[in-house]
Amino acid sequence: MSTVSLRVENLRVWYRTLRGDVQALDDVTFAVADGEIMGLAGESGCGKSTLGKSLIRLDGRMRHVDGTVELDGKQLPIWDTAKMNGFRFKEVSIIPQYAMSAMNPTRKIGKMVEELLESRGVGFGAMRAELDRRLELVELSRDVLDRYPIELSGGMKQRMVMVLSTLLNPSLLIADEVTSALDVSTQKAVAETLVGFRDRGFVKSMIVITHDVSLVYQIADSIMVMYAGKLAEKAPTDVLVAAPRHPYTQLLISSLPEVGVRYADKRLTGIPGTPPSLLHPPVGCRFRDRCPLAFEKCLEEPPFVEIEPDHFVACWKAS
Amino acid sequence: MLKLERISKVYKVGVFGGKELTAVRDVSFDVEPGEVVSLIGESGSGKTTIGRMVLRLASVSSGAITLDGVDVSTVKGSGLKGYYRKVQGVFQDPFSSYNPIFKADRVFGMIRDQYFPEVGGTEWRHKIGASLEAVRLDPDQVLHKYPHQLSGGQLQRLLIARALLLDIKLLVADEIISMLDASTRIDVLNLLADLKARGLGILFITHDLSLGNYVSEKTVILRRGAVVEMGATELVFGNPLHPYTKKLLASVPQLHKKWEQVEAELEVRDGHAPGGDGEPTTLVEAEDGHFVARGERG
Repeated sequence: MSTVSLRVENLRVWYRTLRGDVQALDDVTFAVADGEIMGLAGESGCGKSTLGKSLIRLDGRMRHVDGTVELDGKQLPIWDTAKMNGFRFKEVSIIPQYAMSAMNPTRKIGKMVEELLESRGVGFGAMRAELDRRLELVELSRDVLDRYPIELSGGMKQRMVMVLSTLLNPSLLIADEVTSALDVSTQKAVAETLVGFRDRGFVKSMIVITHDVSLVYQIADSIMVMYAGKLAEKAPTDVLVAAPRHPYTQLLISSLPEVGVRYADKRLTGIPGTPPSLLHPPVGCRFRDRCPLAFEKCLEEPPFVEIEPDHFVACWKAS
Repeated sequence: MLKLERISKVYKVGVFGGKELTAVRDVSFDVEPGEVVSLIGESGSGKTTIGRMVLRLASVSSGAITLDGVDVSTVKGSGLKGYYRKVQGVFQDPFSSYNPIFKADRVFGMIRDQYFPEVGGTEWRHKIGASLEAVRLDPDQVLHKYPHQLSGGQLQRLLIARALLLDIKLLVADEIISMLDASTRIDVLNLLADLKARGLGILFITHDLSLGNYVSEKTVILRRGAVVEMGATELVFGNPLHPYTKKLLASVPQLHKKWEQVEAELEVRDGHAPGGDGEPTTLVEAEDGHFVARGERG
C-alpha cells in the first residue's frame, strides 16, 4: 500500500444564501494516495466542484462548517484564506474550469508568469529553463511568453494554464472540468498531458473533476462518485466501471450511450426524478426517492464504508 | 423530404469584408420522414451553420435546400410562415431560449396567436395536453411556472412540445442534449426516437459521437465545412474509412475500452488525411450507401 498524500475527514462546506444554508458538501471523508489520479464524477450540483474549491480557496459565500484536510501530513488551514496563501500554487494547485479566461488579459504571458512567481518568492530567471522545457513538453513554442492571452487559441491557452498551474511542482493538483469545453481530439491530448505530468513527477497526486465518467475511466486510477453533496462510491477505476455497487453508480453507468455499441432497437433508460434540494436535504439516504432498491432502512443515513479493499460504498444494500 | 443540394456558405470577414471564409462547402444529403440524420463535427466544422440555413436563419451562398420539392431559400411572407409550420428548431441552451418573465403557458399562447387564432379554448388545451404527453411532461407541473422554476431537461422537452403543436415534419435539434445531465439526457434521446416513430424527420446536430451513434439512422461527418464521410450509421461507425473519422472515433472516451485498445483496433495512423487544408475532395461511394471523401491528388 502506497502512502497517503491527501486525507480529508468529515468535511462539511455550506453555502450561505438568503434562504438559509445550502449543504453542498456533507460529511466527506476520503484519501488520495501518492501518485494516484482520482476521478471525481457526478452530475451538476452534486458538490464536486465545491469539494475541489474547498481544497484550495473558499469563496465568500462558502463556509467551512466542520472537518479537516491533511496534505502530506500537514494540516491545511482551508478556513483561513490568508493562511492558505502559503500553500496555494506551491502545495495545492488548480486548473480552473474556465482556463480560457484564467489569464490576465492586460499582461503579456511571460510578464504574468514573472509576477506570479515573484509573488511566491521565486525568481523568474531561476525558473526560466524549467519553464521552457515544460512549454516544449506541451508543444508550445517559447514565443507564447511574448504574446497576450488573446493571441492564443483555446487549446493553447488551456495548455499554457496547465504548465503554469504545475510550475512549482505542487503536491496536489485539482483539474476542474478541464476538458469539457474542448473538441474530442483536443480533449484526449489534454487528458494524456495530465497523466504525463503525474508520470514525470510534476505533481504527486491529482483530482480530476468531471461529469464524464468515460473520460476518467481512461486516465484515472480510482473514481469517486458524488450525489447530492455526499460521497456515493469510491473504487479502483476498473472495479467501479465493471462492478459498481451503489445503485446510483449502476444506473448512471448503464444510462451512458457509447460509440462501440450498436443499439438498433435497444433502449437505454435514464434515472427518473431529480436530485433533492440541498437547502433542506431529506433525512437518510439522499438518493432514496429515485432509488429502485430503497427500503425502510434508507430513512437512516448509510455510512460510507469499505466493503472490499479500496472499495467504499454508502448504501445499506451494498454492505 | 428535406434535400440539401451542394450548398455552400461563404462569410465575408476582415476589414470591409475583404476576405472570404467558407464555412460550408458543397454539402449534399437528405432527411426522410421518420429518420434521424446526425450531423457530427468539431467546433468550426459548419454543422450549426447548416442547421441555421435549413431554418432560414442564415442565407445560402450557393446550392439549394428544398422541402418536398419547394425551394426553401425563396419563400417569403405567408410562405415562410407556412414553412415554419413544418420545420422548427431547438437549440443548445434551454435557459436562454426562453423569455425569463413569461410563464410556460404564455410561450404556447404565442404559437396560438400566430398560427391558430381560430382554435377554441377547449380544443387548444386539448392540443397542448397531447403535445406535452408526447414529450412526457405533466401539464400541471410545468404550465404555470417560470423558466427558472424548471430543470434543463424539462425546458428542452417544453421547446420540443412547442414545436410539436405546429404538426411539424422536420425538427432541427442543435446540440439539444449537451447542457443536460447524464441521467436525464438519455430520456431526451429516447424522446427523439419516439418522435421518429411517429414519422418526424430529425436533423440531429452534435459534436458527441456516442449520441449520434445511439439515436440516428444516417450519419454525416463534417470537417471544416465539407463532408468527409456519410452513410448509414452502422456503416460509418462500424467500418470507418476516412482517417479523420477514425481519429475522431479513437478520441472518444469509451467506458469499457481504453484509448490504446481502440486505437489499435482502428489502425489509426498519422498520415495524409484528404481534405485537410481546403484541398478539394470528391465523395466516392465505397460500399452501398457509404460515401467517403477522397483527395483529387490521390
